[in-house]
Amino acid sequence: MNAHKPEPLTLSLSVNGQTYDLQVPARKLLSDVLREDLGLTGTHVGCEHGVCGACTVLIDGRPARACLTFAAQMEGHDITTIEAVGRPDALSVLQQALHEEHGLQCGFCTPGIVMTFEHYLRENPAPTADEVRDVLSGNLCRCTGYQNIVAAVLKAAARMRGEAA
Amino acid sequence: MKPAQFTYHRPASLAEALALLRTHGSSAKSLAGGQSLGPMLNMRLARPDHLVDLNDLIELDSVRVSDDMVEIGALTRHHRVANAPELRRSLPLLSAAAASIGHYAIRQRGTIGGSLAHADPAAQLPLIAVTLGASLVIAGLQGTRNVVAADFLQSIMTVDLRDGELITALRFPLPVGGFWAFEHFSRRHGDFAIVSVALNFAQDADGKIDALRLGLGGVDTVPLRLPEIEARAQGRPADEDTIRELAAATASAIAPEDSAQVPASYRRRLAETLVIRAFQSALNREEGA
Ligand SMILES: Cc1cc2nc3c(=O)[nH]c(=O)nc-3n(C[C@H](O)[C@H](O)[C@H](O)COP(=O)(O)OP(=O)(O)OC[C@H]3O[C@@H](n4cnc5c(N)ncnc54)[C@H](O)[C@@H]3O)c2cc1C
Ligand code: FES
Ligand code: FES
Repeated sequence: MNAHKPEPLTLSLSVNGQTYDLQVPARKLLSDVLREDLGLTGTHVGCEHGVCGACTVLIDGRPARACLTFAAQMEGHDITTIEAVGRPDALSVLQQALHEEHGLQCGFCTPGIVMTFEHYLRENPAPTADEVRDVLSGNLCRCTGYQNIVAAVLKAAARMRGEAA
Repeated sequence: MKPAQFTYHRPASLAEALALLRTHGSSAKSLAGGQSLGPMLNMRLARPDHLVDLNDLIELDSVRVSDDMVEIGALTRHHRVANAPELRRSLPLLSAAAASIGHYAIRQRGTIGGSLAHADPAAQLPLIAVTLGASLVIAGLQGTRNVVAADFLQSIMTVDLRDGELITALRFPLPVGGFWAFEHFSRRHGDFAIVSVALNFAQDADGKIDALRLGLGGVDTVPLRLPEIEARAQGRPADEDTIRELAAATASAIAPEDSAQVPASYRRRLAETLVIRAFQSALNREEGA
């Protein structure tokens, strides 16, 4: 079988504006390095084949599946995880809207949804409900039934445009 | 679900990438967006000893529109194919199809070259490449060659790509007519389509169908163009009777696989319905919009 035994790589990763030097095997997924090596457990792991969206982070500002990315690929790129969005006493506009609209229950899917829409709402500040649903199709939620997430994203978008209280 | 061990390579140039692929032959795999290869590695359906990451070859992330052709670099992401204004103008069928691939985050990473090389029979971009008569530019250490998409795609996940070769670009001839549509059906939004239909045509001065190109995905091991149906449409009025006749003829012309989940008869009916919808949406859209 596969007798291939490569040496671990020495990497320098930029995550949430901080530089981390670490040694990891080439095959180690970005999602696992974030959680196990850096202790950033806000990035969740559901399916490990790109379908559920729980592991979504930003790579150079754009949403991407951390489970379909190797940490080894990320030298020279900026990674942003949920830990960089808001604080418990100062939620982001989107997090606040999710809270108010009951856009989460267990919260497993929430980090991936927040990361996806933090970027999407910058690209499209005035989405329709259909557009929000199209983007949300990339994030599975087993609890909410999605309606409240759509309402929260639309509310956050309106607030960011200065059109809603 | 973790990949098997591999050695990671990050070439800085196409020449370096080709040299690495040549050295490691069939024990190497190239990695573009990772949106198909990633799951295969995680599930250990693929276990290469060497992974050659193409993501630093930014010169392959490119769009060039000339008088008679559009050239799209292999590393161009689906999101750019869907949104670049020059592509939405020159190849609206391709942009619309790219916008329907999987989900938003998938489209940020997945590339047009990766989609063609992966050759899923239900994938959007191979279907549009076949429908519009695109060709692929393939580089090896000995030089480059051009292959038309219909010859490149040989069977399910089987393509005309030898060890040590890379796709560097796709070349699309400019479509002849302003009428186009992409219609697909999947059970959940963002899933691979069960059947998809792409068409493009012009209308002559009397409003008759001219130069129809009709492609179907999900009805065979590779995307198909249907020349008999295209010929049958030539010079016919684009009215309801013609459209229904062409849709019925399409359903009889295909021989989809019969499976427990999706019976062949179901795929045929989907094909018929989607051909009707495609003509209707092409005709309803204001030309140029
Ligand atoms: C949840 C999910 C949903 C998806 N839904 C759809 C969908 O609805 N429709 C659809 O079409 N696709 C879908 N995809 C797949 C997606 O489109 C992929 O981006 C695409 O199939 C492969 O492109 P990639 O750049 O990610 O290639 P990779 O995954 O990096 O590579 C795929 C294969 O192509 C080879 N390769 C890559 N680039 C080159 C090159 N330049 N030259 C030669 N070989 C190369 C690799 O060696 C590998 O064998 C989905 C993926 C996911 C995870
Ligand atoms: S864990 Fe990455 S998409 Fe599900
Ligand atoms: S809140 Fe539980 S999965 Fe979405």
